[in-house]
Amino acid sequence: MAGVDDLAKALESTPGGGVILTSIDAIADWARGYSLWMMPMGTACCAMELIAASFSKFDFDRHGSIPRPDPRHTDVMVVAGTITHKMAPAVKRLWAQMPDPKWCIAMGNCAVSGGIFYYDTYSVVRGVDEFLPVDIYIAGCPPRPESLQDAILRLREKVRAESISPSRVRAVEGVLPLPGDPLRGETDDAAPEGSDA
Amino acid sequence: MDITELREHLCGQYPDLCPLFSIEFGDGVLLVTSDRLHAAARDLKDLGFDRLGMVTAVDYGEEFELVYRLQSREMRAGIFVKTRVPRDEPTIDSVNDLWAAANWQEREVYDMFGIVFDGHPDLRRILLTDDWVGYPLRKDYENPTIIRRPDYL
Repeated sequence: MAGVDDLAKALESTPGGGVILTSIDAIADWARGYSLWMMPMGTACCAMELIAASFSKFDFDRHGSIPRPDPRHTDVMVVAGTITHKMAPAVKRLWAQMPDPKWCIAMGNCAVSGGIFYYDTYSVVRGVDEFLPVDIYIAGCPPRPESLQDAILRLREKVRAESISPSRVRAVEGVLPLPGDPLRGETDDAAPEGSDA
Repeated sequence: MDITELREHLCGQYPDLCPLFSIEFGDGVLLVTSDRLHAAARDLKDLGFDRLGMVTAVDYGEEFELVYRLQSREMRAGIFVKTRVPRDEPTIDSVNDLWAAANWQEREVYDMFGIVFDGHPDLRRILLTDDWVGYPLRKDYENPTIIRRPDYL
């Protein structure tokens, strides 16, 4: 992505370059936001809801979200289900095979935090965000397809607020900026909301 | 052979265990010592129990109880065969040569309880990673990554 960064920097410093930059952003974000192809990482019962989301009653094709069997075709990994310590390397590998830009949705309590397997369990990863950069968390055990639909729509808002220039990325309500994201203040990690520090 | 005949046959074969054996409701329980397990399994297979439904184990502290679930399509009957092995030397003969279904089932019991099956062709972990330490379904299993549920939950 070094070439893109250089391009963004050059455009920002050129008079009138911002017009070109925002035009590129508008086209790229429009194209990306309406074709969020899913990598269905279904490992447990949440996968049933994920499958239901693809079929005619909910029909995610109309959002441009098509489940693809190959990570190299996909933009967003939907981790739907419990991830065990044995499964985690495979998930990581599939994530690495997805081309940039890519996003991640943690669907269901197991993928968010380990869910009912949080306590007294030797084999379950406590939340897929221990090794993946999660953009959207969906609570539920399992969540209904409408929740996944909401996540896809929110993710689209986030994608459409992105820019090839890091300084122009806009914040989106309800979507957590990732660690290292310029939108995320450095104090966020040190002092969580509500603490005195 | 119907179920009544089966019961009489097994009671003749295992007289000391006859009071423990009831198959009226289709599910008998046959308790054998661990050295007789393979012979008993072979007997039952010859009697028509052609399907091994499952193999599992229970941790009773001093010893492990192995549970085999056999089924017969012909008699429409099921039977549990149970045996116990000591905890300090948990070894039992594999029944993989009688029912190929035992292969993965016994690997799972080995994986979770550490019970060694003599004569198993490929005894290694099946569900956990190969470098896993310990046997998780043992009552005394400890793993520092486990977070214990607090009392108030």
